[in-house]
Amino acid sequence: MDFETVIGLEVHAQLLTDTKIFCSCSTQFGAAPNSHACPVCLGMPGVLPVLNKKVVEYAMRMALATHCAINPQNVFARKNYFYPDLPKGYQISQYAYPLAEHGYIMIDTGEGSRKIGITRIHMEEDAGKLIHDDHNPASYVDLNRTGVPLIEIVGEPDIRSPEEAAEYLRRLHEILVYLDICDGNMEEGSFRCDANVSIRPRGQKEFGTRTELKNMNSFRNVQRGLEYEVRRQQYLVENGEKIVQETRLWDDAQGVTNPMRSKEEAHDYRYFPDPDLVPVVVDEAWVADIRAGMPELPQAKRERFVNDYQIPAYDAGVLTADKALAGYYEDVVKLCGKPKIASNWVMGDVMKFLNEDKKSIRECPVSAKSLADMIGLIEEGTISGKIAKEVIADMYATGRTPQEIIREKGLVQITDEGALAKTVAAIIEANPGQLADYRGGKEKLFGFFVGQVMKATQGKANPQMVNDLLKKMLALRQAQDDID
Amino acid sequence: MELHQFTIHALQEKIRNGEVSALQIAESVFSRIDAVEGRIHSYIRLMKEEAMASAARADEGIQKGDIQPLTGIPIALKDIVCTRGIPTTCGSRMLHQFVPPYNATAVEKLAAAGAIFVGKANMDEFAMGSSTETSYFGPTRNPWDLERIPGGSSGGSATAVAADECIASIGSDTGGSIRQPAALCGVVGMKPTYGRVSRFGLIAFASSLDQIGPLTKDVEDCAIMMNVLAGYDPKESTSVKAEVPDYRQFVGRDIKGWKIGIPKEYFIDGIDPEVSAAVAKTIETVRQCGASIVEISLPHTKYCVAVYYIIAPAEASSNLARYDGVRYGFRAADARDLSEMYQKTRRQGFGAEVKRRIMIGTYALSAGYYDAYYGKASQVRALIRRDFDEAFARCDVVLTPTTPTPAFKIGEKTDDPLQMYLSDIFTISANLAGIPGISVPCGFSTSGLPIGVQFLAGHFEEGKLLQAASAYEKSAAVEKRRPAL
Ligand SMILES: [Zn+2]
Repeated sequence: MDFETVIGLEVHAQLLTDTKIFCSCSTQFGAAPNSHACPVCLGMPGVLPVLNKKVVEYAMRMALATHCAINPQNVFARKNYFYPDLPKGYQISQYAYPLAEHGYIMIDTGEGSRKIGITRIHMEEDAGKLIHDDHNPASYVDLNRTGVPLIEIVGEPDIRSPEEAAEYLRRLHEILVYLDICDGNMEEGSFRCDANVSIRPRGQKEFGTRTELKNMNSFRNVQRGLEYEVRRQQYLVENGEKIVQETRLWDDAQGVTNPMRSKEEAHDYRYFPDPDLVPVVVDEAWVADIRAGMPELPQAKRERFVNDYQIPAYDAGVLTADKALAGYYEDVVKLCGKPKIASNWVMGDVMKFLNEDKKSIRECPVSAKSLADMIGLIEEGTISGKIAKEVIADMYATGRTPQEIIREKGLVQITDEGALAKTVAAIIEANPGQLADYRGGKEKLFGFFVGQVMKATQGKANPQMVNDLLKKMLALRQAQDDID
Repeated sequence: MELHQFTIHALQEKIRNGEVSALQIAESVFSRIDAVEGRIHSYIRLMKEEAMASAARADEGIQKGDIQPLTGIPIALKDIVCTRGIPTTCGSRMLHQFVPPYNATAVEKLAAAGAIFVGKANMDEFAMGSSTETSYFGPTRNPWDLERIPGGSSGGSATAVAADECIASIGSDTGGSIRQPAALCGVVGMKPTYGRVSRFGLIAFASSLDQIGPLTKDVEDCAIMMNVLAGYDPKESTSVKAEVPDYRQFVGRDIKGWKIGIPKEYFIDGIDPEVSAAVAKTIETVRQCGASIVEISLPHTKYCVAVYYIIAPAEASSNLARYDGVRYGFRAADARDLSEMYQKTRRQGFGAEVKRRIMIGTYALSAGYYDAYYGKASQVRALIRRDFDEAFARCDVVLTPTTPTPAFKIGEKTDDPLQMYLSDIFTISANLAGIPGISVPCGFSTSGLPIGVQFLAGHFEEGKLLQAASAYEKSAAVEKRRPAL
C-alpha cells in the first residue's frame, strides 16, 4: 500500500531575555541549583506574577517573521497539573487567546519550495528540573529554569516526510537565531521539539491515528525518530494491527520509540484565564515598532547576496545558514571588494578549518580584516594563490596577519621578469630530453616545465609570468631550430 | 476610658499632644489581651516582643517630631498577609510553620505609616468560611456572646477590634469576609474596589475576588486606614493606577440631595425580622440626613451565590495546588513515592472545608464541564457587574443589610455548608462586581447582638462610601455599647 506521512511539529524555544517571564531572576544557564530563584518563581504563598514586556516583544518578532496575525488582546491561562518541577501546581501559558495565529514559513523540498502553516505562537513559562539521586531513593528539584520565558510554535500538519520535518526545524531555528531571541542550543534545551505523526493511504482525506513523539534533541534525532515511527506505523497497518494514540519517547541509543507510561499523560489541565494577570493589549503602534526593529531574515539575506554580490544561490545558502557567518562574509567583502573570491575562501579553507576543529565562526582565529588583506595580496600579485593556501593555514593556526607571515617566511612572489627568465632558461637547458619530446608533440610536458620552475622557486614564482615566459622561450627555441 | 478603647484618631491626638506614649498604648492593649484573649481567641500569634520594640522606636520618633498617620497605633493583621520572619499560617495546618521571607505590600505600608503590629489574627482556614470555625487553631468567639461565632473569615480581625484587643485591624474579603464579621461584631469594615489595595503578599484564595481592607471602631478610622493602604503596586498586575484621594476629607460631609438606592432583591423573605427592622430604621435615618430613597433593581442578584461558589472554588483549586509538600509548609511523613506524598500531605494538611472547595473547583474546571460551569459563571458575573453599572447611574450609593441574621451559635451551621454559604448572600455581589462596600453598625438585636448595614458604591468610589457611612454614623441613634466581657 502507498502511504502518505502527515507530520505536525510543536517547537518550544527559550527566549534570550536577561530575566524571567514573571520575576526579575536571571535566566542564565548553568548556575548553582536554585541560585536563580525568588519567592515568585518558587511559587510561595501570596506572591504575584508581573509580565516581562521584553518577552512579548521577542515573541512578537517571531510572530511577524512567520507571517502570523498578532491578537490585539491575548490572555495568559493556567495549565494545572502536579509535578515537583512546577512550583505553583500550574504553568502560566496561553490557551484560548494566544499571542499570534495563522502564520507560515517556506521550506525547500526536493520538489521546490513549500509553505508550512503555523497554527499559533504563544508565550509561557518553563518548568524546573528534577535531579535524581542514583545512590539514594531521592530526587532533587532545581528551579533555576522555572519561569524562563518560552514561546511554543505550533505547526500545522502540513509536513509530509521526516526530511521535510528536519528542514522545517532548521528554518525555524535559523529564524529564531537571526531574530536574536533564542540561542538555539538544542543540547541545553533552548530549542525543543515534539512531533505528531500519522500515516494514511495516499489520496485519503482523513488523518490516521497519530502518535506524539518526544525526547528528540537534535535535528538528526527528529528525522530518525520520525523515520522509525513512520515505519512502525506502516508495519502495524500492513499487518492489520491498530495504531494507538499515545505519547512515545525516542530512545536514541536503541534507535526506537517506546510508549510513555499512560499514567504520565492522562492529564486534564483545567485551563482557565489566570486571574493574577491582565490581558496583554497589543496595539498597531507597538506592532509597527517591533516591525521597524526587525533584523534581516535569512530568506531576504540569501536573495540579497545573490543579487548584490552576484554569487551562486548555493553559496548564498551556505553563507547565510549561520547569521554570524553571513556577517563575517559581508565584512570580508566590504574590505576587499571581491564577493566571489571572498565566498570561495570563506566556504573553502575557513569553513574547512572550523569544521575540523568543531568551532563556530565566532571563534575563528582569522579575522575578516586579515582574510580581506590576504585576498588583496593575491589580487595585487604579492603572493600566488598557491602560496595563499599556506598563508591562510598559518593565519588560522597562529592568528597572525598575512603580511607578517609573508614577511617572516619570505613568501613574496617572484615577479622580477629578468630573474624568472633566467630560471626558465636554465630549466629548459637542464632538461633536453623533455624538451625534445615536447617539441616532438608531447604538449602535456608544458606542465612539467611549469612544475620544475615552481619547484626551483619554492612556489614563489608568479604562475602567470612563468606560463608566459615558458611559452615565449619554448617558442623561441622552436624558431631558432627552424632557422638552424 | 482606657487607652485600648480609643479610636485611631483620638489616640493620634493624644500622641500629638504628648498626653500618651506609644509604649503606654501598647501596654494597655496587651493588658487587655491578657484579660480577654483566653475567652475570645482573636489571635493565632501575638507579637508582643516585636510590638514593644516598635513602640519604643515610635516614641523615639515622636520625640523628634516624626509622627506618621499610624504612629504608635496597635494594629492586628489577619494571618493571611505575609509578614517577613513571622509565621503566617492562613489558619491552616498546611502552613502552620511557614515563615515568609517577604512582607505583604499592605504590611509594608502599615509599617511605613508607623503602625505597631499586635499579632496575627485568627481566620477560617485559607479564608474559606463565614464563622472562623474552620481554623486549624480553633474557633474565635464573638465578644458579644461567647457562645456565638464572630463571622468570618476575618473573624479574629473583627473580634480584636470589637474587644479592644487592638485599635484597628486588616482583613481580607473574598465574598464578605471583612464586612460580614464586622457586622456581627459591631465594628466598621470595608472591602475596597478590586485593584485599590495591593494583593501582593496576601495568600490567595480566589484571586479575582480577594481584596484587603480595614476593620475599625468608626468610619473616620476606616478612612485613615484607607489613606495608608490604598494605591498602585507595581508588584501586582491587577493593581490599578487610579488617583488616591485623601479619604479623610469625606468624613463628616453631609449627604443632602444624595440618592440612596434600595435594591428590592436584597429585601427578601428569610431575613431575620430584627435585621429587617434595624435596616428599615437606617433607611429612615438616611432620609432624615437629606438623602432621597430610590428603589432600584439588581436583577441578577439571585445568581450571585451560585456564581460565587463556582468562580471562587475554581480559582482556589488552582491557587492551593502549590501546597504539595515539596518546597515549604507541611509534608506528611512516611510517603513511599511522589503521588503518595502529594495525597497524604494534602489529605492531612487541609481541613474539610478547604478540601470541599478544592473538589468543587476542580470539578467546575474539568474538561467537559468548563463551559457549563466556569464559562457560564463568568458570563453571569459580567451581567452582575452591569446591574451595578446601571444602578449607579440612578443613585449615589446602594444600601442593603450586611447579613441576613445576627451572629449564629458556634457549631450551628458547620454541618450544613449551604446554610453557611447563605450568610454571605448580601456581600458576595460586591466582590463579583469588583466594587467597594462598607459595613457599619446599625443597632442591636433584642438579645444584644450587633447588626450591620452595608453601603455599596461604584468602582473607586470609596470616598462616597465613607461619606455616606460617616453621615449615617453621626446622625444615627445607634447607642454606643461595649461588649460585656
Ligand atoms: Zn524569580
